[in-house]
Amino acid sequence: MESADQTTRKVIPIVPAPVGAEDTSEEGAWGELYAAHQKIYPRSVQGIFAKWRWGFVFLTQIIFYCLPWLEWGQRQAVLFDLGVRRFYIFGIVLYPQDFIYLTGLLVISAFSLFLFTAIAGRLWCGYACPQTVYSEIFMWIERKVEGDRTARMRLDSQDMSLEKLVKKWYKHFLWIGLSIWTGFTFVGYFTPIRELGMEFFLGNMSSWEVFWVFFYGFATYGNAGFMREQVCKYMCPYARFQSAMFDKDTLIVTYDAERGEPRGARSKKADLATLSLGACVDCTLCVQVCPTGIDIRNGLQYECIGCGACADVCDTVMDKVGYPRGLVKYSTQHAMQNKWTASQTLKHIFRPRVLIYTGILLLVVALLFGSLLTRKSFKVDVVRDRATLARIVSGGNIENVYRLQIMNAAEKRQHFKVTAEGMYELKVLTDSEDLTVESTQSRWVSVRLQVPYDSAVPGSYPVRFTIEASDDNETGHTLLEEKSVFLIPR
Amino acid sequence: MSDFTSNFWSLYVAGIALVGIVACLLLLYFSGKAKAMTAHDNTTGHVWDGDLREMNNPLPRWWVGLFLITIAFALGYLVLYPGLGNSAGKLGWSSAGQYDAEVAKANQALEPLYAKFAGMPPEDVAKDPQAMAIGDRLFMNNCAQCHGSDARGGKGFPNLTDKDWLHGGTHEKIKETLVKGRIGNMPPMAAAVGSADDVRNVAHYVLSLSNSPHDALRASLGKPKFVACAACHGPDGKGNQTIGAPNLTDDIWLHGWGENAIIAMVNNGKVNQMPAQAGKLTEAQLHVLASYVWGLSNQPAAK
Ligand code: SF4
Ligand code: SF4
Repeated sequence: MESADQTTRKVIPIVPAPVGAEDTSEEGAWGELYAAHQKIYPRSVQGIFAKWRWGFVFLTQIIFYCLPWLEWGQRQAVLFDLGVRRFYIFGIVLYPQDFIYLTGLLVISAFSLFLFTAIAGRLWCGYACPQTVYSEIFMWIERKVEGDRTARMRLDSQDMSLEKLVKKWYKHFLWIGLSIWTGFTFVGYFTPIRELGMEFFLGNMSSWEVFWVFFYGFATYGNAGFMREQVCKYMCPYARFQSAMFDKDTLIVTYDAERGEPRGARSKKADLATLSLGACVDCTLCVQVCPTGIDIRNGLQYECIGCGACADVCDTVMDKVGYPRGLVKYSTQHAMQNKWTASQTLKHIFRPRVLIYTGILLLVVALLFGSLLTRKSFKVDVVRDRATLARIVSGGNIENVYRLQIMNAAEKRQHFKVTAEGMYELKVLTDSEDLTVESTQSRWVSVRLQVPYDSAVPGSYPVRFTIEASDDNETGHTLLEEKSVFLIPR
Repeated sequence: MSDFTSNFWSLYVAGIALVGIVACLLLLYFSGKAKAMTAHDNTTGHVWDGDLREMNNPLPRWWVGLFLITIAFALGYLVLYPGLGNSAGKLGWSSAGQYDAEVAKANQALEPLYAKFAGMPPEDVAKDPQAMAIGDRLFMNNCAQCHGSDARGGKGFPNLTDKDWLHGGTHEKIKETLVKGRIGNMPPMAAAVGSADDVRNVAHYVLSLSNSPHDALRASLGKPKFVACAACHGPDGKGNQTIGAPNLTDDIWLHGWGENAIIAMVNNGKVNQMPAQAGKLTEAQLHVLASYVWGLSNQPAAK
């Protein structure tokens, strides 16, 4: 293939593929741009990776379904209350102004994804993605009702009968039940779930709650019941850009073609050494278990979600025929090429991109937790009055007006004192001495600053507000500083 | 009223919308017919860089269904909503109409809340923390633009927290001001007062009324000239609330303090306007807002 003219050329021409040696018979066929969907009937699978996947299914779903029911003090432990714009996460109360934490969380998620993808490919897809997890649960229900792959295929090809009708209805009944419960749980993160449960059973949920319970339920039902691998293949953006994060040291599910080919069926007693056959017995089980319906023996394909089902099933085949395991396995391109051992492969995990991802990830995690730990029990926004720039008040003072929004982020009542400095003879006036803000409430107060007329030339001067908080029991004093400017007009 | 003499632009917009949709349909139709040559290894036969080949992975047909649904949606949308040039759409929707409907809905939802305050005397409303919180928000949205967020006004905009009122500070008067708005008119008085020197003397007399720093001699010379001003501000300069003439004997200077500011007012006059709020706020809101403002100037003395 390599030739001087190919390596030096600048333009990238499109030329017809050279017809391969085994491809000489025909030119091919005219195919359509759209194809009817082929239903996939994945066979159930057991093995180490299947165990891992079920482990993740349980872990993520226990968290998802149980978290909203947890109580913390007098309230739901995790509640994103959109109505009053307070986000409760265990001991933390966040305001919309704290959205920076969400940014931090998203950055952490993104870099975790980059990191895991660089190390082990589509780990997320195969084990933790909700699409995979719910498909797994729905397929489990399907298997319990209709049986495994062959039974399901037979059932679908049969004419409608009472038995088929019952099985289908029963399956959809279970699916829909689970879907609605999922939608209900989802809404339970945004509105108190116990009350929502009452409303649900009394039939007086608000129209938006009804919408979201059923919309989320419908999405679960449709995606996990019907769309399944098509979401991964045609809709998922992550599936598209993650190939940019792969390199030749990334773990992928691979078929060891050198060892497996030429494939072929054989008698159980035949001695591998005397046959001109590779280790693959061509049982096609790896194709039957694949949830995206591909043949891993054709090499890495974009449809492969890295679930390891083919590796699991091939290992059981290898055990049965008495060959060593690992014909289909997690490995890297380099490891396959250079015939590295597992420990040699492991050594190549630490490459620059992995170290950079890890570094950034640790940094952002440290920043996020650091700032959460040192977070003050309240927040203040200082807004200069939008109408009056400055005014002269009786007594010959120049006055600027500020609106302070004091947000009490603690679950106790706090009292606030406002002082300011930055200018000569600066006076602070508030309408009332007692600036009390109830637990998790916020309050606007007007604060006036005055300086004597003629004490400074016209212009803009930086001033610093200090807001001091103390709670009812005088247990804690917290200080917060906010900057603003004082204007002296001409 | 039409922006243009012909409805060319309306047809142009409608044409673009419809042609776009029809073009999508055609594209869908022809791409559904088209076929691609596929070799046995499921590649299209295109090769880049010697070994990079294009696979043929046909899109599932339900995508076509989705496209058809979006086209049906677009057509339905254009029938129901304005989008085809000047057509108003079957639903008669407009953004202004939607806004009005939302406001009406919100007001209706708030009615029971306001109903509680409607029957209460203003003194009680002013003591109710919930009513005051509502009043504060109404004030911020409707009044703070001129009177400042602390209601203490500024040059040309009256302070609402003191006891000095141009048109009266009772609850009824405040409400009347809110509903109807006010126009304060000080005509240019220089001609009536006399020479530039006379104007200056009057200014010093006015300063003397409130015991502000002034030139006593000029003030005594200005006193007789004040007759021209007395028609509105009264012979003693205490103002007249029925016509909104300010009291000149206190230390409150709406249009600026000092000799120059007063001279400017006498020479140029001033028309000051408070816009009417009747159309913007409901009766119940006006009641709460008037009580709030009344409460501002009648609160227990603050520091
Ligand atoms: S499961 Fe293993 S042995 Fe069977 S066809 Fe696949 S690769 Fe070959
Ligand atoms: S090829 Fe193997 S790892 Fe990839 S999706 Fe199919 S079963 Fe899972």
